[in-house]
Amino acid sequence: MSEEQIKSLEADFDARIARDEKIEPKDWMPEKYRKTHIRQISQHAHSEIVGMLPEGNWITRAPSLRRKVALLAKVQDEAGHGLYLYSACETLGVSRDELYEQLHSGKAKYSSIFNYPTLTWADMGAIGWLVDGAAIINQVPLCSTSFGPYARAMVRVCKEESFHQRQGFEIMYKLCNGTPEQKEMAQDALNRWWWPSLMMLGPTDAESVHTEQSMKWKLKRKTNDELRQQFIDQTVPQADILGLKIPDTDLKWNEETGHYNFGEIQWDEFWQVVKGHGPCNKERLNARKGAWEKGAWVRDAAMAYAEKQSNKKIEKVV
Amino acid sequence: MKKNWPLWEVFVRSKNGLEHRHFGSLHAADEAMALENARDVYTRRNEGVSIWVVESRHITASNPENNGELFEPAQDKVYRHPTFYDLPDDVKHM
Amino acid sequence: MKNENLYNYILGIADNNLILGQRLGELCGHGPSLETDIACTNISLDLLGQVRSYYQYASKLKGDNVTEDSIAFLRKEKEYVNVLLVEQPNTDFAYTIVRQFLFDIYNNLFLEELQKSHDITLVAIAKKSIKEVSYHRRFSSDWVKRLGDGTKESNLKVQEAVDNLWTYTDELFHLTDADKAMVKEGIGVDVTVLKSKYYKIVNTLLTEANIVIPDSKWFQKGGKEGIHTEHMGYLLNDMQFMQRTYPNMEW
Repeated sequence: MSEEQIKSLEADFDARIARDEKIEPKDWMPEKYRKTHIRQISQHAHSEIVGMLPEGNWITRAPSLRRKVALLAKVQDEAGHGLYLYSACETLGVSRDELYEQLHSGKAKYSSIFNYPTLTWADMGAIGWLVDGAAIINQVPLCSTSFGPYARAMVRVCKEESFHQRQGFEIMYKLCNGTPEQKEMAQDALNRWWWPSLMMLGPTDAESVHTEQSMKWKLKRKTNDELRQQFIDQTVPQADILGLKIPDTDLKWNEETGHYNFGEIQWDEFWQVVKGHGPCNKERLNARKGAWEKGAWVRDAAMAYAEKQSNKKIEKVV
Repeated sequence: MKKNWPLWEVFVRSKNGLEHRHFGSLHAADEAMALENARDVYTRRNEGVSIWVVESRHITASNPENNGELFEPAQDKVYRHPTFYDLPDDVKHM
Repeated sequence: MKNENLYNYILGIADNNLILGQRLGELCGHGPSLETDIACTNISLDLLGQVRSYYQYASKLKGDNVTEDSIAFLRKEKEYVNVLLVEQPNTDFAYTIVRQFLFDIYNNLFLEELQKSHDITLVAIAKKSIKEVSYHRRFSSDWVKRLGDGTKESNLKVQEAVDNLWTYTDELFHLTDADKAMVKEGIGVDVTVLKSKYYKIVNTLLTEANIVIPDSKWFQKGGKEGIHTEHMGYLLNDMQFMQRTYPNMEW
């Protein structure tokens, strides 16, 4: 194809997206669109399955049967969401195994928040309330993103996630209305998860490299800073209901802007964690790799069995 | 050579009276596993009463490049639609 | 307590589900594939759901501040009456599947009979549970066949799991004093009569899966009387961590 032809195809393509038409896997698409989508969707999928680990850490120790089933169901949903997203990614011609390989080799990234440890039961509350809260803000706009399989996966994800944040908030609420020790546990969890949750919404707009292109392709509807402000504005009143103090001395309602002002985010820490130097990066990756490697003989056996069975069927016919 | 579990497409009937609808895909080594996995992955919230699974490689899909010749010719066949036909206003039940 | 035997009988059923559900819960996020991970968690959730029905019924019998959670989390090791089979660890996926299979076949036969109980609550729980357990049984049987008749390596692993877990199967068919009393009243299931049917089904399927049936006549027992294997203490340590560290709090 000549450069001119490609240009005209790209112009048509952009126009379709601008008209809110969806792009489906077999449609022509610019190479950059394909690559960006593989990167973003797979990162999203990786985040879901690595995200199972910090919460999975408390399944065996959940303090009541009701909490145990809720947490199990939630972590299981995350496996489901990873699966939907890997499937969406696979429509772009890359296999789940290849995507795993990218995760395991450290080539692919996932949400850096899952590199923080879950130290107390209150962390289950804080993750549901804050981390899922931030995730929802990120994810809802993706239900109408331009790539059909991604949008459809996100519709399912968002529908299923609706209980996740409530589950977390309920844990916090119970702690905050319990003994002083329980309330302290809740406050401690908020102290540790607040700033990483703000970072989770991505680097500031000035540092964010993909924003403009992502807006055009409807991978983004708002900038990181706008999303962060939205998250803070909606979360602060919730902390008030819990009677918890947000660990930011600069946090203050601004009558003029109608938003909360907030303190400076320690971006050094964010980049450290992204680069692999967070408290649990190694554990998380090793856990994923370990599960995959330990499962190899199981997957191979199932394939071998399937082949034997289909050979048997053929022999019967012959 | 190592072989990976193939990809399957999952179709679910939400309730009797409705058609099976494409729900998504998954990996499984054989048909029984594909059905079991589909049940566990896609009907955890009471979403279905019947499941079809088919290995993705068995699906033949039209190519969007041919959309012009495949689908555009149908656009101007307005006489296939009831609104094409003029009727006097006082005709009822038609 | 008037219904002491019934109470103990219910624990004898439900403790199996609790401990097996707990074991399966350990695997969440660590399965051999995402699909299998989700499936095993489903089984765990089914079992824990059943546990709650049983314990809620038991707590009503007991009265005085006993709840499903105090039953689940506040007993001493010797007060848990699950069979030894279900507390065995997830050594590898073969152990997980074989443990599940050996229990599911029993559980399915047991629930068929429990539906005929004179106790209407137990009948209701059994009727709901058996649908879940029939699926577990299908799932674990299919996997035993896949792994047993898969590769050389998987066959050896399943054989090893069967060889090591076989010793815990006989206990499934023992009757405690509470069991005997309940059988007499037409409430409990006489599990001794399920034994030959059980081994017939298990042996047929294992043979189909290219697994050699162990010919050992020596079996371990004790779980039903509160004498457990060394694994149990660690399992409870985890499960009761919150109650032991923070006594008398609600979560």
